[in-house]
Amino acid sequence: MAKATKSTSARRDAQAHIEMLRLETPFHPRLEALSQQNDWYTWAGYKAPLSLWDEELEYFAIRSQAALFDISPMVKYRIEGPDAEAFCNRLTLRDVAKLKPGRVHYTAWCDENGHVLDDGTLFRLSADRFRLCCQERHLPWLMDSAIGFDVEVEEETETIAGLALQGPTSFAVLRAAGLDGVERLKPFDLATFPHKRGTVTISRTGFTGDLGYELFVDARQALSLWDRLMEAGRVHGIRAIGYTALNRARIEAGFIVANADFVTAEHAVRADRVRMPDEIGLGWMVDREKGHFNGRRAILKAREKGALRHVLVGLEVEGNVPAEHAIVYHKGKREVGLVSAAIWSPTAKRNIAIASLDRPYGDTVTDDLWVEIYAMRELRYVKLMKRARVVERPFVKLARRSATPPGDF
Amino acid sequence: MKTYDAIIIGAGHNGLVNACYLQRAGLDVLVVEKNDWIGGAAVSRELTPGFLYSNCSYVCSLFRPEIMRDLELPKHGLQVIAYEGGAVLTQDGDYLASYRDHDAHRREYARWSPRDAEAYERYARDVTRQCRFIQPLLMRTAPDPTSFRPRDVSELVYLGRKFAGLSAQEMAEMLRFWTMSISDFLDEYFETDVIKAYLALSGIIGTALGPMSPGTAYVLLHHYMGEVDGSVGAWGYARGGMGAVTRALADSFRASGGTIRTEAEVERVLVKGGEAKGVVLAGGEEVLGRLVVSNADVKRTFLKLVEEKELPDPFLRRVRNFKIRGSSGKVNIALDSMPEFPALPKDSPCLRGDLHFTDSVERMERAYDDWKAERWSADPFLDMVMPTTLDPTMAAPGKHFMSCFVQYCPPKVDGRDWTDADRDAFAETVISQIADYSPGFRDRIVHMEVRTPRELEAEVGLTEGNIFQGELTFDQLLFNRPVPGYAQYRSPVNGLYMCGSSTHPGGGVMGAPGRNAAAEILRDLKKPTKHMSEAHDVI
Repeated sequence: MAKATKSTSARRDAQAHIEMLRLETPFHPRLEALSQQNDWYTWAGYKAPLSLWDEELEYFAIRSQAALFDISPMVKYRIEGPDAEAFCNRLTLRDVAKLKPGRVHYTAWCDENGHVLDDGTLFRLSADRFRLCCQERHLPWLMDSAIGFDVEVEEETETIAGLALQGPTSFAVLRAAGLDGVERLKPFDLATFPHKRGTVTISRTGFTGDLGYELFVDARQALSLWDRLMEAGRVHGIRAIGYTALNRARIEAGFIVANADFVTAEHAVRADRVRMPDEIGLGWMVDREKGHFNGRRAILKAREKGALRHVLVGLEVEGNVPAEHAIVYHKGKREVGLVSAAIWSPTAKRNIAIASLDRPYGDTVTDDLWVEIYAMRELRYVKLMKRARVVERPFVKLARRSATPPGDF
Repeated sequence: MKTYDAIIIGAGHNGLVNACYLQRAGLDVLVVEKNDWIGGAAVSRELTPGFLYSNCSYVCSLFRPEIMRDLELPKHGLQVIAYEGGAVLTQDGDYLASYRDHDAHRREYARWSPRDAEAYERYARDVTRQCRFIQPLLMRTAPDPTSFRPRDVSELVYLGRKFAGLSAQEMAEMLRFWTMSISDFLDEYFETDVIKAYLALSGIIGTALGPMSPGTAYVLLHHYMGEVDGSVGAWGYARGGMGAVTRALADSFRASGGTIRTEAEVERVLVKGGEAKGVVLAGGEEVLGRLVVSNADVKRTFLKLVEEKELPDPFLRRVRNFKIRGSSGKVNIALDSMPEFPALPKDSPCLRGDLHFTDSVERMERAYDDWKAERWSADPFLDMVMPTTLDPTMAAPGKHFMSCFVQYCPPKVDGRDWTDADRDAFAETVISQIADYSPGFRDRIVHMEVRTPRELEAEVGLTEGNIFQGELTFDQLLFNRPVPGYAQYRSPVNGLYMCGSSTHPGGGVMGAPGRNAAAEILRDLKKPTKHMSEAHDVI
C-alpha cells in the first residue's frame, strides 16, 4: 500500500483541531440536551457521558426498557477488496470464511508472539467489505499485515456514527421507527435499512447480554437517526444512558474490556503484562484448522508446552461489597491474582467479579480462593476477606437476548 | 595555612551538587570557580539590561528530583515549569505540532499521516521500555567489570539480572537500540519526513553525529529519561533561567556552611607523591585540600590541570582519545516584542515550547555534512525556545528572551580557529533562518549573545564546546565513561576525583554525576551517606 501523502491544503484545513482537545461525537447536541448530570469522561479522545440523569436508574433502562448509548468513539476500520476475507482470516483468530455476508462475529487478533492486540467485532458488510470495531488503534499493524493482500484498510472512526440500542423493548422501538425487516435479524445478523436519503446498518449485537442492536450511520445522518429512534421509542420507554450503567450490564454479561480487564500487547510497557487468547478467556476463538494467522505458531506452541501462565475467570464473591481491584488469594495467604471488574449484580442478585489469576489457580485449582476487599467507609478502610467461587460467564443469561423472532415487550 | 577537606574545581551544577552532599556530610568544602559568576553551563546572566538569558543550557528535565529534594532546592528558589508543546515549521507553510494532550497529539500526527498517528503508540511504548531499563542506572555507580571487589560483582550481577530478566527478543531490541541510528530507529515506526525529523532532534542534540550515524538512538533516550514532577519525558523551564538551578545549589551549599570562591581559576592540581594535596590558582596561590574533585571535563582535568608525569600512559592515551567534539553553538536573543510566526495559529501552545525549522532527517544529515567539512551548517538545525512565554522573571512584560541552540557548529572553521567575523556570519545564518519564518524578526532584536565552541570553551571551560563533556555513544557510557577502569569517579591520582558530565551517567543538567561522585568519596572516607536519597523506584 502506498503511503498517503496529504496535501498542504488538506493539512491546513485540519489545523484547528487543537481548539477543541476533547472532540464531541455526532450525537453530542442530543446528549448535551439530555445531560442533567453534566457528568462526562473522555473515551478515545471524545467527550462521552458517564451518566446523564441517574447512573443507577440508567441501568434499569437497559434491563427493563430500551437504552440508547452512543458508541461513536469506538475505533472503526473499513477493510475492503478482493482479498478482504483472506486478509481478515490471516489477521484474526476465528475462521472468517465461516462468517457469511450479513453476519458479525466477536473476535480478537494477536501479534507474532501470540499476544492479544485487541478484541472486537468484525462485521461482514458484503463479500469483500468488512468493518472492524475495537477499543484501541491498529492502523500500522493492519496495514503491515495487509502487505501481499489486495485489500484497502481505512480508519473511519470519525465518519461513521454508532448507537447501541439495548434492552427488552429495543426491537419494539426499531419496529415503531419503521425499520421493517429488523424482526428477521437473528443474533449476530446485520442488514441495511433505508434512512433519510441514505442507509443505516443495523446488527443484532451489543455489550449488555440483553436483546439489543447496534446501528451505524453516516455521521451526517447521526442526529436524524437519533431523533427517529427517540420519537419512535417514547411509548416504549427509551432512555439515553451513560457508560456507568452500560458497564454494569457488560460485567453481568461477562464481557471484557481491552486495557481494563487485560493489557493489550502494544500498550504493555512491562513485558509480563501481555496475554495470549487462552489467558483472557478467548482461547475458544483460536481456529487451528483454518490455516495460518498472526500468532498461530506461538499460541499452539504455548499450549503444547503448557506455557500458559494466566487465566481469566468469573468469580462469585460472598457478601454484597463489590471487590473492584481486590487481590485474590489462595487459602487466604498466597497471592494469585487480581480482580479487574466487579459489581453487585442487580439482575443476578450476586456479588460478581472478573479476575485474572496465575495458573494453576483458577484453572485446575479453584477451591479455597479468597478476595481481600478494602471498603472505604467514612474515612476508614473496612477490610474484608471474602470467599470467591469460580463460575461460568455470563453471570446473567437472558432468554430474550437470543429469542428469534425477538420478543415484543 | 588552612586545609579544606575537599576542594571542588568549577561551580557548575555537578560541582555544586557534589559540594552540597560533601558539605552536608560534615566536610569543610571549598568550591573554586574561574569566572566572576557561578553556574558553569547552567547559568543565567543579564548581559543587556532587563533581560536574563539562559546562556548555555536552556531547558530542564533531567535534573534528578531526588537531588532537588535532598538539597532542599525548592526552598532555595528552584521551580521547573513544564512547557506546553512544540512545533517544526515546514517549508510549505504548515507545521507539525507536538501537544501534551494524548488525543490532540494523535490528531496532529494524523494531519500528516493517519498511519503515523497510530504508530506513535508503539513507538512511545518501546522508548518507555528502554527508559525503564536505563533509569535505575542513573543514580548508581557503574560497576567495574574488571574488578572482583564484592560491590562491583554485586552491581554487575544487578546489571546482569536486569538484562537476563529480559526476553530474548527484548535483549535483541535493546542491543539494536543502543547501537543503531536514530534515523533507522524511526524508520521502523514512521513514514512522514517531518515527524521523523521532529523525533530525531533528541538523537543528535549536543552530539557530533548525524541522525544517520549509528549510536544516535541512545542519545534520544538520554533526552527522554528525565521528568517534570513525575511526568516522564517532559521538559520545562527553570523559573529564572537555568541559572536558577545553580543559584539554588549555591544557596543550599552556603546555607550548610560551604564556601565558594569566584575568580579563582585553577592552574593545576597540586600532586605530591601520587596524591592530590590541593590546587594552585592562577597567580600562584596554593589552596590545600585533603581531596580534590574536578567538575571540569576529563580532557581539561587531566590534560591541562594535572601534570602528565603523574598519570599512567594508557590512561592518558585514552583521555586524549575520549570523544568530546564540539558540535553546537548558541544564539541568545533579547526581543522587544513577541515574534510572529504566521504559520502557527494565534496564541498556539507551540509558542510556549520548542520550535524548529528542520523538516526532514535528510536536511539534518546535510547539516552534519557541513560540520564534517569543518564549516557551520549553512542550513542549521535549531532548537528554539522562549522561556519568557511562561516565566515572568526573565524580561519585562511583553519583552522576550529567545534561546536558540544551533547545530552543527564545528570547533574549528576550515582548520583554523574561529574569528569574530566567523562568529558574526554564524549568527547571521541563524537569524536569517528564523526571519524566513518570522517576518520582522530582525527589527525586534535588542541584543544578542552568540556563542560558538570558541566562546563555550573559553568562558565555560567545555572542551571544544561539547555540551555533554563527551559524547553519549555506547563506547563512552556506563563503565566506559570516561575511560575503562576509571568509571567510578576516581582517577590514577589518589584523592583526585571527577564529578562532571564526562562521568557516568553523562551530560545534561542532571546532577547525577555530582551526586554519585559524592557517594564514592564518602565511601572512601567511611562517612555516612544517609543524607543521600536512593534513586526513586521505577515500578
